[in-house]
Amino acid sequence: MARQYKALGEDIWKNRVETINAELFIFTYGSLVVQLVKDYEDYDQVNTQLEKMGYSIGVRLIEDFLARSGWGRCTDFKETMEVISKIGFKMFLNITPTITNWSSDNRTCSLILDENPLNDFVELPADAQSKLWYSNVFCGVLRGALEMVQMQIEATFVSDVLRGDDASEIRLQFVRFLQEEMPNADE
Amino acid sequence: MILSLYIINKAGGLVYQRDFNESLNRLSSNDYLILAGTFHSIHAITTRISPVGNSEGIELLEADGFKLHCFQTVTGIKFLLITDPAHPNTDAALRRIYRLYSDFVMKNPFYTPDMPIRAELFDQSLQRTIPSL
Repeated sequence: MARQYKALGEDIWKNRVETINAELFIFTYGSLVVQLVKDYEDYDQVNTQLEKMGYSIGVRLIEDFLARSGWGRCTDFKETMEVISKIGFKMFLNITPTITNWSSDNRTCSLILDENPLNDFVELPADAQSKLWYSNVFCGVLRGALEMVQMQIEATFVSDVLRGDDASEIRLQFVRFLQEEMPNADE
Repeated sequence: MILSLYIINKAGGLVYQRDFNESLNRLSSNDYLILAGTFHSIHAITTRISPVGNSEGIELLEADGFKLHCFQTVTGIKFLLITDPAHPNTDAALRRIYRLYSDFVMKNPFYTPDMPIRAELFDQSLQRTIPSL
C-alpha cells in the first residue's frame, strides 16, 4: 500500500500540478509572518493567527487535493496520515514527511518534517526562539482539510529545527469523526 | 449531450444551477431550491436504507428522456449532471467539473464556502469545457 501512495504522489507532482517559483513562495510566507509579528507584537498571538490562516487554506485545499488525486475515503486515521504525507505534502510542497511515533490506540502520531521549504533562509531572532512556531500554518491546514472530510483532529508543533531542536515535529491527535450532515428527522 | 449542472452544498442547499442548452424548459428559481433539497434528503435516505455497509447513496436516476448522475465528493458536495440517456462516460465529466470547481470556485479567496456560486471565471470555464465532455 505504501508504495502505491508514493507512486500516485510522484505522478501527481510530475504531471498534474503547476508549480511556482519556490523563492517567491518562501518570501511571501516570510513577509507574512514578519508582518504578523509587527502587528501583534506577541508570538502566541502570531502562532494563533498562523493556525487560523492555515485552517482557511485547508478547507479549500482539500477540494484541490481530492479533485486532482481522485482519492476516495480513507478507512482509518492511519491510512489518512499516510495519504497526507505521501500524496498531500508531496503534491503541494514536494516533500514527504515521516509519520511515526504512533500511540498504541492509533489515535496519536507525529509528523516529522525532514525538509521544510518554509524554513529556507530563516533564522529566528533570539526572543522568538522559545515562542514562535514559524511554520504553524501547517497545523491549521491539517485541521481545516481533515475537518472537511469529517475528521476532527488537533495538530500542534512540539519541536522545530529553527529553535535549535533536532527535528521539526507536529504532534497530531485524532479526536473524533464528525457526524455527516443529515436532514432533520421531523418528517 | 450534457443538459444541466446542479451543485448542492453539504447542507442540501443549491449553490449553482446552469443549463447548457437554450431550448430546455426552465423552472422557477424557488423550484430549483426545493428540488435540490429534496434530492439531498433522498440521497441521505438511500445511504441509510442500504442493506450493505458504507453505501455512498444514489448515483444514477434514469428517467424517460434524461439521466441524472450524482457525484458526491468526500467533502459532501454533490454535483448533479443531467444528460440525455445516451451520454457516455459521465464519471470523467463529473471529475473534470470537480477540478474546475476546485480551481475557479474554491481558490477564489473572496468566495465563501457553502454559499451560492457567482463566479464569472467558473461560468466561462464550464462553457468552454462542457461541449467536449
